[in-house]
Amino acid sequence: MRRADPTSGEDAAQWTKCPKCGEMIYRPDLATNLWVCPRCEHHFRMHAFDRISMLVDSDFTEIGGDLVPGDPLGWTDKTPYPQKLERDREKSKLTEGVVCGFGSIGGFPVALGVMDFNFRGGTMGTVVGERITQLFERARERHVPCIVFTASGGARMEEGMLALMQMAKTTLALARFRDEGGYFITVLTDPTTGGVSASFGFQADVIVAEAHAAIGFAGRRVIEQTIRQKLPDNFQTAEFLLEKGALDMVVARKDVKDVLVRLLDYGAAGRTPTNGQSALPSTLVPPPVQSTV
Amino acid sequence: MNVIVEREKGLVELEQRIAALKSQAAQQPVDMSGVIRELEAKYAEIQREVFGRMSAWQRVNMARHPKRPLGSDYVAALDRFDELHGDRHFRDDHAIVGGFAKLRGRRIMVIAQDKGRDTKEKVFRNFGMPSPEGYRKVIRLVDLAVHLGLPLVTFVDTSGADPGIGSEERAQAEAIAQSLYRFAEARVPIVACIIGEGGSGGALALAIADRVMMLEHAVYSVASPEGAAAILWGDAARAEEAAGRLRLTSDDLLEFGIIDEIVPEPLGGAHRDAAGTVALVLDAVDAALANLGKVPLDTLLDRRFAKFRRIGAPA
Repeated sequence: MRRADPTSGEDAAQWTKCPKCGEMIYRPDLATNLWVCPRCEHHFRMHAFDRISMLVDSDFTEIGGDLVPGDPLGWTDKTPYPQKLERDREKSKLTEGVVCGFGSIGGFPVALGVMDFNFRGGTMGTVVGERITQLFERARERHVPCIVFTASGGARMEEGMLALMQMAKTTLALARFRDEGGYFITVLTDPTTGGVSASFGFQADVIVAEAHAAIGFAGRRVIEQTIRQKLPDNFQTAEFLLEKGALDMVVARKDVKDVLVRLLDYGAAGRTPTNGQSALPSTLVPPPVQSTV
Repeated sequence: MNVIVEREKGLVELEQRIAALKSQAAQQPVDMSGVIRELEAKYAEIQREVFGRMSAWQRVNMARHPKRPLGSDYVAALDRFDELHGDRHFRDDHAIVGGFAKLRGRRIMVIAQDKGRDTKEKVFRNFGMPSPEGYRKVIRLVDLAVHLGLPLVTFVDTSGADPGIGSEERAQAEAIAQSLYRFAEARVPIVACIIGEGGSGGALALAIADRVMMLEHAVYSVASPEGAAAILWGDAARAEEAAGRLRLTSDDLLEFGIIDEIVPEPLGGAHRDAAGTVALVLDAVDAALANLGKVPLDTLLDRRFAKFRRIGAPA
């Protein structure tokens, strides 16, 4: 039962240090604990597919996973943009900064998008914008609610204005979805800033934030440089924003799924949990007899 | 220091010499027309050389030229303007000027960003960087325009939304996000004009429009060149390099289908003939509104959606 010493031998790779409290954590334990430090409750940034497995009942069908960006600006600095993308694909095992698809959570069919900070800092370029747009469009066609987990540094510089315009594109698609009764929930995770917080991140019907997440518009460094003073530690945290009235709730990771199931239930007046089968238009289905939570 | 202002110095000297010679010539019997012609030819040559082909960084500086017409100059040139103030919750943000107006006899709702001209005005207008309450004023004016069926005209000129502590505390991201949403849904024609700097989300928040026009030397960018350089390389001083890569000029953006129209500027920039440039922009806005006014609202909104839907979509 006794585990190997963290500092020696081949098992060293199995250990990771909590960036907040410095605790050495055995990685399989960390995974079991949903990537939350057992000592200080620091929420590690999660891989998109780990997040998805944590949430969905069993089924998940990805959409738009084959969409990959070109190099519209012909961008090169130290490294050409296509090489940066290639490197991030290898590092993250993802094709882009968001994974979108359909599945069910607690029996409620949903359109689910999960951003991943490991891919270009979760920045929104043309493909992230396109995948999110398609998610809203397909959710609209299928009459299912949509949940997006955000994690993003904002718009992707290397795609210039084409990246910024994804804020407009996703907004227009979301408006169409909501106009037909679409129910949209965001879960803001660490970190959510810039063009993603300033578009669909803060356009949701219900805005949830994961505990301790950094959330804001301008980056912390930008603000510090502008005002030339150091910011308080809790500035731009989920808890800070809750107090300021910008969020509906702050939830610890272990409770996120339960909270989502409850929120989905409130949005399901006239819909029934169907365990992954497509939901019928609300007018055709009587309200559920019994809540699932 | 503004690189365009620097380059203009030689030209201004030459201009003064020509003017002096002309007034001298008028008082003296000696024929100086040859000298004057020569100087004028030299002036035109330098002007072409300086402004004929400007780099991205020079365009950024042109867009920030201290004499460039500002949002308020466009508003002042309207037939009539009745300013409306405040977000009804916190305060009136002076970085945004908006209200009822008439353009060539047409009733409109106008919303402009204004950077301020002199130091006192710059401080008053927070250098044209709107705070959340500025965007919330915008939202209120959009709602009012829709309620009364007034077309919306916006003039965009900001280096970006205000990045201060108070703005974060009052949820700048939410204010911009909701402004985008209102423009997406507004059931009235919208014309947006990028007249100076279109800096990031703080600019886009006023620029989801049925017709997006841009002055020839305005710039419109995912982040200010300084901001982009800081994000990419941790060094805002590399702004010129970032400007060169970001494809932020009017020609670039027309090519990408991000803007619909370029309004030309006089050689040397909009400030060389401020009144003329403002009139030209207002003419273009008037023409666009005339066209958009003929389109049924459902079609207008479908087209608005389709226009932005295409950007960055797979071929």
